[in-house]
Amino acid sequence: MQGQRWWVPWLYLAPALLILFAFLVYPTIHTVILSFMDENGEVLVTEHCKSDVCEWGIFHNYWYAFHNPSMQEAFVNNIRWLVFFTSITVFLGLVLAVLFDRVRYEPIVKSAIFLPMAISFVGAGVIWGAQAGVYKWTNPAKPQVGLLNAILVALVPGFEPKNWLRLQPWNNFALIVVGIWMWTGFAMVILSAAIKNIPKEILEAARVDGANEFQIFFRIIIPSISSTLTVVATTMVINVLKIFDIVYVMTGGRGGTDVIANRMYTEMFINFEDGRGSAIAVILLLLIVPVMIANIRSFREQEATR
Amino acid sequence: MNANPSPKVNWPRVIGRAILHTVVITVAIIWLLPSMGVFVNTFRPKQAVGSTGWWTILVTPFDFTQYSLENVINVLAGNPEYVETCRENEEIIAAADSGACDELSNSRDRRTCEQVAAGERVLRRCDLLTDLLSSDGMARAFLNSLSITVPSTIIPILVAAFAAYAFAWMEFPGRQVLFVVVVGLLVVPLQMTLIPVQRMFNVLGLTNNPNFPFLAIWLAHTGYGLPFAIYLLRNFFGALPRELFESAYLDGASKWTAFWRLALPLSVPAVASLAIFQFLWVWNDLLVALIFTSGRYSPVTRHVANLVNSLGQDWQVLPAAATISMILPLVIFFALQRYFIRGILAGSVKG
Repeated sequence: MQGQRWWVPWLYLAPALLILFAFLVYPTIHTVILSFMDENGEVLVTEHCKSDVCEWGIFHNYWYAFHNPSMQEAFVNNIRWLVFFTSITVFLGLVLAVLFDRVRYEPIVKSAIFLPMAISFVGAGVIWGAQAGVYKWTNPAKPQVGLLNAILVALVPGFEPKNWLRLQPWNNFALIVVGIWMWTGFAMVILSAAIKNIPKEILEAARVDGANEFQIFFRIIIPSISSTLTVVATTMVINVLKIFDIVYVMTGGRGGTDVIANRMYTEMFINFEDGRGSAIAVILLLLIVPVMIANIRSFREQEATR
Repeated sequence: MNANPSPKVNWPRVIGRAILHTVVITVAIIWLLPSMGVFVNTFRPKQAVGSTGWWTILVTPFDFTQYSLENVINVLAGNPEYVETCRENEEIIAAADSGACDELSNSRDRRTCEQVAAGERVLRRCDLLTDLLSSDGMARAFLNSLSITVPSTIIPILVAAFAAYAFAWMEFPGRQVLFVVVVGLLVVPLQMTLIPVQRMFNVLGLTNNPNFPFLAIWLAHTGYGLPFAIYLLRNFFGALPRELFESAYLDGASKWTAFWRLALPLSVPAVASLAIFQFLWVWNDLLVALIFTSGRYSPVTRHVANLVNSLGQDWQVLPAAATISMILPLVIFFALQRYFIRGILAGSVKG
């Protein structure tokens, strides 16, 4: 390129680098440091151990994060989310993408499934919630105005309406259903684009050779879109690790539904335990980094095959 | 040649198609039902919302007497009734606290007051409710959301475009390394940054600053949106043909002119997708809003979340509030579906 003064590129970069440093680099380092401090973030946690003994020494906040009963409950719930949310969104997204590919009104049904992606988690919390939504519960003597209880009362004789968001451990699955409702459209759209990218000749050739639809699905479609499947699955795993708003709005983490990100919020901004909250944030970061790297890697792989 | 013109019906195929259509349409309806409920209840009278299911309108959907704008108006402009009730409640609570129940003029209030004093009954206090349902409830939250979202979309894209242009079309030492570092910041979940950023705003006096109520959240969203925006725009700028820039420089254009006249106009599709993605992300965000906004400067997400936690027996207005909070994203979704989907797909890697 022709002569330019050496500082010209830095002029273009300066605003971005300054903001990135102030809002991402420096805070990340600071949070790591805070995770070794006491609740006010002023002295090392070892000088102020809560229970007189400092388990794990300077890593006491991490000890707390792994041993506190609420945190252990949150970990178990995140694993529930991980297993059910991830597998069902990817599976349903794939099945719907294949089915919708075969009807002429594909764009319309796709919009219906994708629509919840435009809605905030807060909006979804109202749409599904116990206050005014699908999971609404009213006194059994009155008519049920929540969809789920109304359907079950109408279909199952003698059904006692349930307060779904209080019913352990099913309330976790009630929340996971909301997540699935929101994110299946995302999986479907990405997988659908990948399926349409498979060369028609390959599918034709397989059919001519006598392959049935199941063989085509498992032997051709799945292997051809494997990198896209990885992108979708890893995106879902990242979503699970950060899941916060649904729980915050629908149950507030009560009734055994707490998750890691909501615990972090509670420790940081309700209990004002900066050290503990920071330790949980660092744990989140450490869980997310490997998944994110896998995600970006297969994202680029998938771009390359286009 | 076959003499028989009537084609044979391929029954397995017909049955297969029928099952396919049934499944596809059923799934689509199941997906729409939950949102339908909230949408329909938005336009029913408060009393009806509480006593019968929203699906009862399906019997006579065109009987317009069963619809009402009551809830929408109440939640947008505030219902004086709520404010009045809670003001009366405050009076009774105060009387109960000071043991002056006898001084109340109304006999029903006196009885309530005694129950409150005996701890048999809890009355709703005003502080939160008046704030939420007073004269400008959701309407103010909606304007707050706009005031937060528009700058939080424009600023990061502009800042990112400058940086992406430098990364794509300028040469300087450490270009590759620096770009990798910036993209690497994608992995940082914003949860990692909340406490230090909040402390920084406290030091700078940007927390609860009545003169610049939104500056803190604009800056925060700019920071969180930048890595992804730089990544996307750098890839897009980099894919533009090199000859274009070279001929522009030959014609005497400066870097500055080439940026505004070439790079940006040619990237309209990428910028549009990015803008829609960032707009929706900020509009729908709750976590950042919980920490960097307060009280009367709350956006719709935070306002609705507060309503969920505080309305109690007045829950019938919730669907109206939720609909107002979702209306703009839904309009964008239907109007710009192509860019919308592209933006969301590209944004899947945002941290």
